[in-house]
Amino acid sequence: MSRLESPILELQNITRTFTVSRGFFRGKQPLYAVRGVSLKVHKGDVLGLVGESGCGKSTLAMMLLGLLPVTSGHIWMDGKDITGWNRKAIARRIQPIFQDPYSSLNPRKTIGQIVSLPLRVHRIGKPAECRAKTEEILDLVGLPHRSYASYPNQLSGGQRQRVAVARALVMKPEVVICDEPTSSLDVSVQSQILNLLLDFRKELGLTYMLISHNLAVVEHMATRVAVMYLGRILEEGETDQIFQNPRHPYTKALLASVMIPQPGRKIPDTQLGLAFPNPLELPSGCTFHPRCPRAMPLCNREEPRPVILDTSYVECHLFGPPEVHAEGPMAGGAVSLESL
Amino acid sequence: MEVENLQVDIALAAGDLHAVRRVTFNLEKGKTLGLVGESGCGKSISALALMSLLPTRARRQASRLEFAGRDLLAMSEEKIMDIRGNRMSMIFQEPMTSLNPAYTIGDQLGEALLCHGRGTRAEALDRAIFLLEKVGISAAVRRLKQYPHQLSGGLRQRVMIAMALMCGPEMIIADEPTTALDVTIQAQILLLLAQLQKEFQMAMVLITHDLGVVSTVADQVAVMYAGQIVEQGTTEQIFLDPLHPYTQGLLRCLPIPGKTPRGSHLGSIPGKVPSLIGHLEGCGFANRCPHAHEICTRDEIALIKLQLGRSYRCVLSLEECRQNAGQELSR
Repeated sequence: MSRLESPILELQNITRTFTVSRGFFRGKQPLYAVRGVSLKVHKGDVLGLVGESGCGKSTLAMMLLGLLPVTSGHIWMDGKDITGWNRKAIARRIQPIFQDPYSSLNPRKTIGQIVSLPLRVHRIGKPAECRAKTEEILDLVGLPHRSYASYPNQLSGGQRQRVAVARALVMKPEVVICDEPTSSLDVSVQSQILNLLLDFRKELGLTYMLISHNLAVVEHMATRVAVMYLGRILEEGETDQIFQNPRHPYTKALLASVMIPQPGRKIPDTQLGLAFPNPLELPSGCTFHPRCPRAMPLCNREEPRPVILDTSYVECHLFGPPEVHAEGPMAGGAVSLESL
Repeated sequence: MEVENLQVDIALAAGDLHAVRRVTFNLEKGKTLGLVGESGCGKSISALALMSLLPTRARRQASRLEFAGRDLLAMSEEKIMDIRGNRMSMIFQEPMTSLNPAYTIGDQLGEALLCHGRGTRAEALDRAIFLLEKVGISAAVRRLKQYPHQLSGGLRQRVMIAMALMCGPEMIIADEPTTALDVTIQAQILLLLAQLQKEFQMAMVLITHDLGVVSTVADQVAVMYAGQIVEQGTTEQIFLDPLHPYTQGLLRCLPIPGKTPRGSHLGSIPGKVPSLIGHLEGCGFANRCPHAHEICTRDEIALIKLQLGRSYRCVLSLEECRQNAGQELSR
């Protein structure tokens, strides 16, 4: 299915390199945190971004929010190149919701001050309008009006996360980047916040990028899923396709390791081997090959190129283009997944 | 391990905090009990009470607290130190903060064995190498000389497990052993724990808020809420036939892949956990319970025992509970 309308957010070959010190007298060394990520997000979509810690998910989010400059590549929004725009300009259109509502809210400001700050920064409305707007958004996220004058420490974790949602939405952004929005919350509160996010998506036509390591949450919320590993997207596709027909061996391992609350299942054996590789010493060829149960000699030598299959794409030699594919067992397209 | 009516009160300026109230369970050799509940429900305090590691402000009471036939209540601190870390040990939640950054892995691993006078330094190091290999750490000899900051989170958690196993305990209490880890590492650590448990015939108390982990790993489950066990049973019973309204509510909050329609509203439990400070009456869940009666806020709720190891704490009859569960499903 190819979408006719243009994407609301498009990333073109984004990279981000950090320079880290190797120690005294030993000079510096580049750390490739994000290595050429291209993604398209359409209006109203929820893109789930999954991967292990250290894979570059949060770095990517920071670049989208304008909190970190990109090293190379372009970010387009509605056909406009917003790469290098300042934070303030980006903040009107893209807003974050962070993981930990205990540390992401200023403890010395009242809820009213926190939520209305974006309005004041962008000089929207007179003080009275500002207050009315803030109260309206507090209503919307289900917080009582009296919390306007409360401080974060007077609220529970779930209420704090509602404040974070209110703060993100008060500017009426088009895209909201949720970085682990519920992972510090209890199960019964998590579902309330997820319901809230789902409602806003429908009512306000929001587009989300949902970064989470909770794959059950991603499966429930996302319309599309991107799997990230060591700074690259290894597989991207519609949620159903990714969860029911994962192609990349890493996606398979990741999905296999999920434990769902239904008894009678065995503890999964991911066969991933031990450690997540050191991002300072990226493996040659396909970066996943040292942990891959289906690695071939080719994987060690050559970087796989993205292979586009229908609406999804995967970056793996198993699905490689024919010319590189001489050693691989099968061609793209009609691949029998049972054999993987 | 046999626990009957365990109670922990913590003296605060505002009054006594009844952190754990009348907790009763039995754990057999080689079995795993999953202790689940939300933050603040008393899971970790219960674990510390079993290990006799409570802070001094806390008072522990119980009508029975026995470990391998020995009464822990009557035991002196010295006797307990003899058992703790030796025959029962604990895996703590955060591998980042529970290891001492100033000592090498080898020193910290060996300490337990040396403290309990179970061997010489050389024997301790041999045992440490054996266990590090067992928990899947490569180049174990080299790791002994490393400091915690040189290891990744997954490796540190493995070191914590090896440390808990140094003296070959009969029981392990694992407090959120995998919460800080990635799902892929989590699966590996749990698999490893299950293998080691089988090999050494250990009993395990697994404390977690992750219902997915519990349903996969535990034989028996106890659901805690506001300091009390509200429901207890085998894993199948708890997940397939939940009786207590809280357990039912909790299970509705989670999206189950393949069952919950995508993007549909998830269940939730409105309201919040009551304060456990001061005089408590009635059922702790009454203010959030969709089936609460007037009696729930007044009377102490008795534990209804259905069969050995299967019980729940609610005024509703078994039929009413099952009926509620059915309604929840059809909703």
